[in-house]
Amino acid sequence: MRALKFLRRTAMAAMPDPAPSRWRYRVQRLWLTPLFRAMVRTGLPICFLGGSVLWYVADTARLEGLIDKATEVRRAVEERPEFMITLVSIDGASDELSLDIQEVLPIDLPVSQFALDLNELKQLLEELGPIQSADVRIKPGGLLTIDVIERSPAVVWRSREAVELLANDGHRVKAVASASARPDLPQVAGLGAEDHIPEALRLLRAASPLADRLVGLQRIGARRWDVVLEDDIRIMLPTEQPKRALDRAMALHASQDVFNRDIVAIDYRNAERPTLRMRPAARTEWRRIKDIELMANEGGNR
Amino acid sequence: MNDFYQAQRAMRKGRQAAMQRGVIAILDVGTFKTACLVLRFDEALSSTDETSNALAGQARFRVIGAATTQSRGVRFGEVDTLPETERAIRTAVQAAQKMANVRVDHVIACFAGGRPRSYGLAGKVSVEGGAVEDRDVSRVLSACETPPIGDDRMVLHAQPVNFALDHRSGLSDPRGQIGNTLHVDMHMLTVDAHTVNNLIHCIHRCDLEVAGLASASYMAGTSSLVEDEQELGAACIDMGAGSTSVSIFMRKHMIYSDTVRMGGEHISSDISRGLQIPCQTAERIKTRFGGLVATGMDDRDIIELEGNTGDWEHDRRTITRAELIGVMRPRVEEILEEVRAVLDDAGFRHLPGQRIVLTGGGSQIPGLDGLAAKYLGNQIRLGRPLRIQGLPQAATGPAFSACVGLSVTAAHPQDEWWDFDVIAERAHTRSLRVALRWFKENW
Repeated sequence: MRALKFLRRTAMAAMPDPAPSRWRYRVQRLWLTPLFRAMVRTGLPICFLGGSVLWYVADTARLEGLIDKATEVRRAVEERPEFMITLVSIDGASDELSLDIQEVLPIDLPVSQFALDLNELKQLLEELGPIQSADVRIKPGGLLTIDVIERSPAVVWRSREAVELLANDGHRVKAVASASARPDLPQVAGLGAEDHIPEALRLLRAASPLADRLVGLQRIGARRWDVVLEDDIRIMLPTEQPKRALDRAMALHASQDVFNRDIVAIDYRNAERPTLRMRPAARTEWRRIKDIELMANEGGNR
Repeated sequence: MNDFYQAQRAMRKGRQAAMQRGVIAILDVGTFKTACLVLRFDEALSSTDETSNALAGQARFRVIGAATTQSRGVRFGEVDTLPETERAIRTAVQAAQKMANVRVDHVIACFAGGRPRSYGLAGKVSVEGGAVEDRDVSRVLSACETPPIGDDRMVLHAQPVNFALDHRSGLSDPRGQIGNTLHVDMHMLTVDAHTVNNLIHCIHRCDLEVAGLASASYMAGTSSLVEDEQELGAACIDMGAGSTSVSIFMRKHMIYSDTVRMGGEHISSDISRGLQIPCQTAERIKTRFGGLVATGMDDRDIIELEGNTGDWEHDRRTITRAELIGVMRPRVEEILEEVRAVLDDAGFRHLPGQRIVLTGGGSQIPGLDGLAAKYLGNQIRLGRPLRIQGLPQAATGPAFSACVGLSVTAAHPQDEWWDFDVIAERAHTRSLRVALRWFKENW
């Protein structure tokens, strides 16, 4: 026969005490505390992660291994054939400019496209004199295309050292052997002329009525222009407002046909008082005529 | 006396702190069940404290957690075995917290035991300077002469229920009115100090702070009497498991409270003894088949008394429902007689309203209203607590009327004695002020 005690024990086991123990109760209350909850749910994982990362990094050998591995992975991705550039095509450049560009480009093919800074390349190219603008882009299939717009030469600049072609903004385009290489371009000479090419071009446009006789412009004393025509006829322009003076000279030519006469120069340096300089023969001839007029007048008076 | 005064003030501070945090727990430590409700107060609404009336106050809070567990170690509504009661409180609080998903630190508790005793206090003071001010109210309250309540007694409630200015009585708020003499009638409820201390100790053992204590009879009255009944005068009889408490309301104040130390548990134990069955079976049979009025049908209603004692004859007994009623009825009649005696002692028959409301778990016995009418008069009704927001359906029965009343009162506490400033303190500050003035004038 079973003892009554056994029965009682089984009854108690079947229905355990529903009350939480003191510690369970406290833990549950702690867990319901918002601050504690936030700390456990976000603060603790963050601390753990941060701590483990710090612990891992604290060993330099491990850190170096990590960095090596990262660079290795990076290199492996960068050097995949999909990202390699095998060909450079240069469009819109003349042959010699293409050669120049190829010399200048700091690229050893094949190269990963991650190693290229396209903006830097573009800047590098645009620093070249003959190039007005460059467009560098990567096309699928490992092609680096460089679209170049060349500067067109506007004037021939004769300096003491060389004869060069300049673009209309004064940039050097290329050197030529002599001015006769580009007879279609007006010539510009003199100290400091290369810095005032836009003004020179304006003056040349203004002098277009004399285009067939125009030789070029000369910068005098690095401050003002002379317009040089055939037979070394000069229009000496002032420092200030040379265009206006030239316009007046053109108007004078249109009305009086000045430049077909026997003169050396028209001096507009003082714009208020233009001066005409004649050749010696013309001057003697002019004086002779004046003398005749003078004598005739005296005879008449008498 | 003064200690308890300070303790009550500390509890009021705790309640205010809880209101600021927005969460407070309601704990009803009964003989049969321990119930815990977690209330959340809406802060947006609590700013309109002045304008809201009692009903609007109910919209201010919401029950977000509720749990009930079987009480252990409580007899007659008093803590009998501390660790057991502590465990029951812990169970209830933990479950309610889990449901609310919030931690509660402040608890307002109510209990039915402790042999509550009512005292009527009267105070008289002459009004200085014509109009009655807050100070005069404080003075008249402290002018009340405290009767000798006994060494081991504590004041649980002390509420001014009536003010009179000269010959005009029935003022609920005399402030601002002009008169010469201010009278106050105060209702003071005292309970056994050790009951309160044991309960507070239990709650402290659960890492909770007591933010208020209340008498369960008072709380049951506030929740199950409707406003008219409270105004015109009515008695609320809260039939608990360990004690049946009576509270009489008049002009919206409780004016009398007493308990009969008998309740549903005694009915169960009668059944258990009379039918020789375990207490739990007796409790189950009482709630399933119990009744008070036997009819012919009940003679044919067979109840099986199952047991597992091993004695076949003993385990296969049956009784009729009429027999069960025969066991239950005398005890209920005894309780009702005692209640009648309590009401007679209180002078309930002189009140204008003779309404009696039966509430509490014991009031669910079928036929109780008919039986009670024979003892207590015709104006009997069974009361259920008013509805509050978020209370689970399972906790809306009459057994939870004290809980609900406590929730309502937590949101809208009645002014108690200790809510007014103490004149004695003022006397101290005044003497200090005089000393300061003397220093200023002489130095």
